[in-house]
Amino acid sequence: MSSSFNSDARIWRRLQPVVTILLVAGVIGIPLWLVVVTAGKSQGEALNPDLSLPSEWHLWDNLRQVWTEGEVPAAFFGSLLVVVPTVFGVLAFGSLASWVLARRATRLNAVLYALGISGIVLPPAVVTVVLLLRQLGLAGTAIGMIGVYMGIYMSTVIFFVTGFVRTIPESLEEAAQIDGAGPLTVFRKVVLPMLRPVLATATILICLYVWNDVFYAFFVIGGRIDTLPLNLFRVASAGLYLNNWHLIFAYVILMSLPLIAVFAVAQRKIISGITSGAVK
Amino acid sequence: MSTVETTPVLDRPGPPTPSVARAGRRPTGRINRRTHPMWFLGPALAILLVFFFLPTLFNFIYAFTDWSGFKAEINPVGFENFEELAGNGTLWRALRITVVYAVLVAIFQNLFGFALAVLLERDTRLNRIARVFFLIPVLMSALAVGYVFQALLKPEGSLNQLVEAVTGQPFTYAWLGDTTWTIVVVAVIHAWKWMGLSMLIYLAGLKTIPEDIIEAARIDGASRWRTFWRVRSPLLAPAVTFNVATALLGSMNGFDIVQATTGGGPARTTEILNIFIYRTFGQGLFAQATTMSLMLFLLVALMAFPVIYVLRRREAVL
Repeated sequence: MSSSFNSDARIWRRLQPVVTILLVAGVIGIPLWLVVVTAGKSQGEALNPDLSLPSEWHLWDNLRQVWTEGEVPAAFFGSLLVVVPTVFGVLAFGSLASWVLARRATRLNAVLYALGISGIVLPPAVVTVVLLLRQLGLAGTAIGMIGVYMGIYMSTVIFFVTGFVRTIPESLEEAAQIDGAGPLTVFRKVVLPMLRPVLATATILICLYVWNDVFYAFFVIGGRIDTLPLNLFRVASAGLYLNNWHLIFAYVILMSLPLIAVFAVAQRKIISGITSGAVK
Repeated sequence: MSTVETTPVLDRPGPPTPSVARAGRRPTGRINRRTHPMWFLGPALAILLVFFFLPTLFNFIYAFTDWSGFKAEINPVGFENFEELAGNGTLWRALRITVVYAVLVAIFQNLFGFALAVLLERDTRLNRIARVFFLIPVLMSALAVGYVFQALLKPEGSLNQLVEAVTGQPFTYAWLGDTTWTIVVVAVIHAWKWMGLSMLIYLAGLKTIPEDIIEAARIDGASRWRTFWRVRSPLLAPAVTFNVATALLGSMNGFDIVQATTGGGPARTTEILNIFIYRTFGQGLFAQATTMSLMLFLLVALMAFPVIYVLRRREAVL
């Protein structure tokens, strides 16, 4: 029996690299190839996108056309305007709350914690949030959008950070307290630096969700502020761009580049961050 | 990644260890309102209250009104919206499509993610590169993924051209235009986008299984296949819980991929709740959109508890 275990293993070891390469090429390679070659074609050639190489590469021209006519710079700044404050706000307020939730184990805090993480599964009320923002005078504003995103992703931060704080010993905080540091100082100088790994994970996840979101943005700021996905949505749905696959895919490349660049730089950290959050 | 027991999202959200237990050790009881003031919870709870819970509460109010884009005043109408949506079959249809879609996504995403994790388990250079490739769709915008597949799956698109090249027969199946099977195709696309994340989580789960358990099974004469199914896969239960729950509950709240591939068609056979909400909101039928939003909330809330409960119990048994 033991020999069959070994011979199986030997065959598999030889076969596995072949299967892997074929799978990557077919499952990931073909769609990505389609994006790149189509984005490099002229309008006529791209009418019916296929896997053939463009007879002449127009990638640069297409990217430039999208950049200027598709109002990419404005959308890019719209995206940044929303993503950056959202991430900072949700991490700062979320970890402040998580620290107290993790350390002060009262019955009230257990209830607050359960409420705080319920947003991980419960879907946000997209229609009535528009009404609420109108009543608050925040409809269509960046502040309204940031608030909505923070409300949606606060639960994720509270969940990850509270779990992490519980694994950190209290002794370091106590040392600072004995030295007479106030709670805000202890949090800023002692706790926050130790939270770095979990905050990195949360940053990645929230950036990923907010940067790519189109659904909530459509309801809250659609037509007022442009973000990259909203713009892509508009561009791809507009009659002007109908069947202009070369421009749609050029846009896809432009929009994905920032995230892919970040990923390329911090790939290993990101992978370990995501997995340690999920399966510790 | 220390042990299998201390785990995933939706996992043991129980209260922290009571500090009473520690009081014996540390008589001074340093954790108190001076060192950890409750007002630290203020900003986070205020944001949650205003931007998350209040709109949810509004759902329960405005679903019973005639709020619309066509007139200024809003009047209560009782269950009229529900009766109308249930009466013409839209309600059950959208609920059914959403649940079918979510279940299909959960199945495919976990099958793909698990298969990839097993395939790419060893830490070779090739496997590490392959893992990065499977993570690219996770980073891409779901909308972009939808457009890519819309182009790929057109009747005269690349996939059919490849099929023609292989079989030598003309092949023009409309992958996204079939009233029966398109929902399955869209679910596969959704699973394609997120399978890299499931793969990572299964990989992390596989790594937590101690080498000596596998060694012991091998010495006992278990075949590779048997070792895998009897010894290793049960130990992946926490990863399964996380992946199934997030795929199932996440895809019920899906929108982008369906919108970008089919927009709810053909003949509204892929119109999940969020597509319906988006469409009716665009038509100014705010009360109907709110009613469906409430139904989505109730659906997810009702499914979240049994799903997590069943999966967690299974984890405990194994």
